[in-house]
Amino acid sequence: MTDDDLVFKALADPTRRFLLDRLFERDGRTLTELESELEMSRFGVMKHLRVLEDAGLVVARRKGREKLHFLNPVPIRLIHDRWIDKYTERRVSALANLKSELEKQA
Amino acid sequence: MTTTTQQTPVTTQVYRVYIKATPEAIWDAITDPDWTERYGYGGRVEFDLRPGGRVIGYTSPAMREQGAPEVALEGEVVEADPPHRLVQTWCLVMGPEMAAEGFTRLTYEIAPIDGGVTRLTVIHDLEGAPIQAQLISGAFESGGGGGGWSWILSDLKSLLETGARMAA
Repeated sequence: MTDDDLVFKALADPTRRFLLDRLFERDGRTLTELESELEMSRFGVMKHLRVLEDAGLVVARRKGREKLHFLNPVPIRLIHDRWIDKYTERRVSALANLKSELEKQA
Repeated sequence: MTTTTQQTPVTTQVYRVYIKATPEAIWDAITDPDWTERYGYGGRVEFDLRPGGRVIGYTSPAMREQGAPEVALEGEVVEADPPHRLVQTWCLVMGPEMAAEGFTRLTYEIAPIDGGVTRLTVIHDLEGAPIQAQLISGAFESGGGGGGWSWILSDLKSLLETGARMAA
């Protein structure tokens, strides 16, 4: 699998997107913290984190006795620069603006 | 739901990119002003590569045309172990609010992986520097503030792998 494949595969799962959203909200969390927000076994969360790490979307670093998980946005940036910028940025941002305008009115 | 883990706010940001280039090439791209002006914010950064040595980053000509001051960032080398590890202090001094936040700590880790690929990890500890933290996370990109570390590293990867920057 290419790097892009790993990222798309990692993002194709709602639990993994949920984990990324939690890290976006507050970065550098332990497995225990992340686990407490999910109805899932510790082993299950570990497996999902592993997929995210393999895709480079999460970087784990030791701090003292703890292992902290950080969101790494670079792979998403690379996909953005490769797939969005090149072909469709103008149209996509126009649509994104339209969506937020419409949602504001709703 | 209760948690027994102490939740101290984490002010560290971590960025990682894999680049098909040697560790030496990546080290040069970070520390040689002739390279630093070719990607990211496009300013020359001069390093005195020894502990206590001065780091000074200049604004790009394009930024100065828009009225930016000459110096963009200041810092000091903490540890220089070419081409593996560089630790420095780092402070954006382009505006009084950011300059007042003071120095942050920036670490580059460069590690060779199989197949001529090198892993570059940037660890930026931004304790006490919320404005600088927002800027380098890319939060001001739509206002012309650049895309921060993800943007810089994506551009660096493009430059080293293809010889060209991303399409501007």
